[in-house]
Amino acid sequence: MSDNSLLPALPEILLLAGACALMITDLFVRDERRGTSCALALGVLLACAAGTTFVLWGTGGRLVYSFNGLYVADVMSHVLKLGAYVAVAAALVYSRQYLLDRGLLRGEFLTLLLFALLGMMVMMSANSFLSLYLGLELLSLCLYAMVALNRDSAQSVEAAMKYFVLGALASGLLLYGMSMIYGATGSLTITEVSKQIGTLSRDSTQHTFLVFGLVFLVAGLAFKLGVVPFHMWIPDVYQGAPTAVTLVIGSAPKLAAFAMAIRLLVNGLLDLAGDWQQMLAIAAVLSMAIGNLAAIAQSNLKRMLAYSTIAHMGFMLLGLLSGVVGGNWLNAADAYAAAMFYVVVYVAMSAGAFGMLLLLSSKGFECEQLEDLKGLNRRSPWTACIMMVLMFSLAGVPPTAGFYAKLAVLSATVNAGQVWLAVVAVVFSLIGAFYYLRIVKLMYFDEPKHLAPVAGDAGFRFLLSANGMALLVFGILPQPLMTICFIAIKSL
Amino acid sequence: MKLLTLAIWVPVLAGLLVLASGGDRNAPLQRAIALVGSILGFLVTIPLYTGFKLGDAGMQFEERVSWIPQFSVFYHLGVDGISVLFLLLNAFITVLVVIAGWSVIQSGVAQYMASFLIMSGLLNGVFSALDGLLFYVFFEATLIPMFVIIGIWGGPNRVYAALKFFLYTLFGSLLMLVALLYLYNKSGGSFAILDWWKLPLPLGMQMLLFFGLLFAFAVKVPMWPVHTWLPDAHTEAPTGGSVVLAAIMLKLGAYGLVRFTLPILPDASRQLAWLMIALSLIAVVYIGLVALVQTDMKRLIAYSSISHMGFVTLGLFIFNAYGVEGALLQMISHGFISAAMFLCVGVMYDRMHSRNIADYGGVVNTMPRFAALMMLFAMANCGLPATSGFVGEFMVIMGAMKANFWIAFAAATMLVFGAAYTLWMYKRVIFGAVANDHVAALKDLDGRETLVLGLLAFAVLAMGIYPLPFTELMHASVNELLRHVALPKF
Repeated sequence: MSDNSLLPALPEILLLAGACALMITDLFVRDERRGTSCALALGVLLACAAGTTFVLWGTGGRLVYSFNGLYVADVMSHVLKLGAYVAVAAALVYSRQYLLDRGLLRGEFLTLLLFALLGMMVMMSANSFLSLYLGLELLSLCLYAMVALNRDSAQSVEAAMKYFVLGALASGLLLYGMSMIYGATGSLTITEVSKQIGTLSRDSTQHTFLVFGLVFLVAGLAFKLGVVPFHMWIPDVYQGAPTAVTLVIGSAPKLAAFAMAIRLLVNGLLDLAGDWQQMLAIAAVLSMAIGNLAAIAQSNLKRMLAYSTIAHMGFMLLGLLSGVVGGNWLNAADAYAAAMFYVVVYVAMSAGAFGMLLLLSSKGFECEQLEDLKGLNRRSPWTACIMMVLMFSLAGVPPTAGFYAKLAVLSATVNAGQVWLAVVAVVFSLIGAFYYLRIVKLMYFDEPKHLAPVAGDAGFRFLLSANGMALLVFGILPQPLMTICFIAIKSL
Repeated sequence: MKLLTLAIWVPVLAGLLVLASGGDRNAPLQRAIALVGSILGFLVTIPLYTGFKLGDAGMQFEERVSWIPQFSVFYHLGVDGISVLFLLLNAFITVLVVIAGWSVIQSGVAQYMASFLIMSGLLNGVFSALDGLLFYVFFEATLIPMFVIIGIWGGPNRVYAALKFFLYTLFGSLLMLVALLYLYNKSGGSFAILDWWKLPLPLGMQMLLFFGLLFAFAVKVPMWPVHTWLPDAHTEAPTGGSVVLAAIMLKLGAYGLVRFTLPILPDASRQLAWLMIALSLIAVVYIGLVALVQTDMKRLIAYSSISHMGFVTLGLFIFNAYGVEGALLQMISHGFISAAMFLCVGVMYDRMHSRNIADYGGVVNTMPRFAALMMLFAMANCGLPATSGFVGEFMVIMGAMKANFWIAFAAATMLVFGAAYTLWMYKRVIFGAVANDHVAALKDLDGRETLVLGLLAFAVLAMGIYPLPFTELMHASVNELLRHVALPKF
């Protein structure tokens, strides 16, 4: 395939066309028929999935560059894109009723959601600092607006403001780092940067320059992943945003952030692994510590899950930082595949957990306090069972997928000879298990405040059940998903 | 015939079936399914005993299917003379627990029965797993049903007990996970336990791994000083939960020591035997004294369990055939006796809703049949000859005597303390004048309770009078284990 073929970007093109079409059609849809727009958005996602499958099939999984090297299509990007479609589709199904009840299901939400997805896809396929940054900004700007979707809520607006200011700062850091690296290597294309770094000696001026840029790059990345010490925005945004938007922020963008980490650090700066691995190690340990400890003190579920995100992203970093040991890349693919597996499983858990909050919310009632879950087992045993699977999976108890995610990452860490990091991770997982268990305790051991049955339409409940059961199924048979992640990382 | 697969999945499937059968309206149906499932689960373990090849020290009934090729994890099952009895014991106890919970549990019947059945399958999995990761998955997964059982059907302080139980054991097992991953790494990417037995490891590393594994197993045993979760968990758990906890779950720790610590880390085990023996003796003597002052019957039996399990760890770490076989017998026998004791307390609790010794007195006047059966179990708990309690304790003391007189002496005090706390409690509860109107109104055992306790009484006596069917299974495997432990690995 030629360097300038548009075909690899077929899914992006489809999505862009679909999103624009949706924006226009939605003008002619009356409020009570808003479900049609939703269906249309799902249709667009389906078309994108078909497009990605087509490209994957057409290229046979080969690495294809396009747009003069700005864009890359490899198995990792395809897999992550497919994951993102599923996550966004789940977000749509989960949040429909919630948004309808609150009068928020407008064209804006759907359009912003699709454009955010477009941003993620560009990030996943970026092979240049420029395209990566454009994708990131498209995603971020859509998310800022979505957080403020409920403009009458002071809390939402405050969260959006905070997110915007801090996000802009992080983007600035990222750009600054990119410019440094551009200065040292003379290229914005990630593959080219990688080649240039290979030719530099460790004590040249450019190398110092590079490491300086790397610090800013890692800082920007840490912000997007939400790891300590750049985690401040997460709890406020998660809590302040409408739960449907929190679900969006907490799921698919993590896949994009992971792709960004892989593109920048692994594709681009693998020769500097010794430097960035150290930084990530500090961020990982601090994230697991602060995330897990702070989560215990929360009484607000969304805030608790926000801190849990911080801890999980810290855990995921352990996989990323275990790839290269003393210049040896033998285990690199295993380690990055472990991190990818972790992130994919985490997105499924996070989507499920926020989906559960949406299911339990009703018109005029937000399920967001811990005590809102009290006695759920008495109200609906099946719902409680799904939530229990989600919680045990987040805690990493077998036989759930969350356990294998932790296992894969820990195994990579031990293989890299960093047993102490593994022990630290294990100790903080234990602390983390406490607050997940507390939810199981509230659902099963406490008396409910009221006995209202759990509402929610059939499609929603079915998808949520499938989401929970998938974690159990992948817990019993994790191999297929692991293989996919492994193949994806191998394709880099 | 894939017997081990059946032994694991028949109860689990029965449990899922019970769960799928709807709410409490269908309780009679659910009980019936649970009973049939547990009996089927017991029946499929019987061929493991009858088809067991005596004198074969290796693994039998092996099954091996690739499970997670990415980590070269296999669904690898097999039993040897050490583990086969635990499967039988577990399946047997599950039947009793289902019967014992028949009418006591009135709300959430499906969840209760399903929890026990699923746990039974998972426990069978722990005892038959020959793959490190498979073992770990089963080992951890058993926590979930037990957590639910204690938390939903437990006593007043159940939530605290359930959380404490879960977090304590989770911490231990997570450290074990790191140790397993290290072994996986060192063995060139193999999770096979049998490969690990042959793995040469330097002494320093063995020591570290020893402590990594020890914590997981010591919490489960439980050994002093990480035993404190047990009295809480036991006291607050419903009767069935206490029974499974004491009879089966506690055995996981000692089983782990036999399966992992001794053969994989023989040098560290020998080097640190003094520590294990010291901790065991503290458990035997000090916990025996603690049991003496308990006012709550279940708490007393819980402490008695810890004290008895101290005997098990003692037997394992004196490295002779008497000690190890005695320890294994003690584990089986304790499975029967502690189950019976908790069921006895359960019988009284169901009628009086009190576990306080002070609320009782003169029960023999109103419940003579019960008093007679409980007498037998109390005697077995003190290790009276001709009961199963005697065989294991005697063998461990014999083994200890061979190793060192004073160890044997300290261990033998257990017999004295055991008799003191058990019989004193028995006297205060059963004998004397009728204490109050509630006791006067007590009804003797009904048919179901008699059946359950009668079966256990039979097991206790049979094992005490004729232990050969139990010991002959173990000989070959135990000798092989000891031979293996005696060889230095580095």
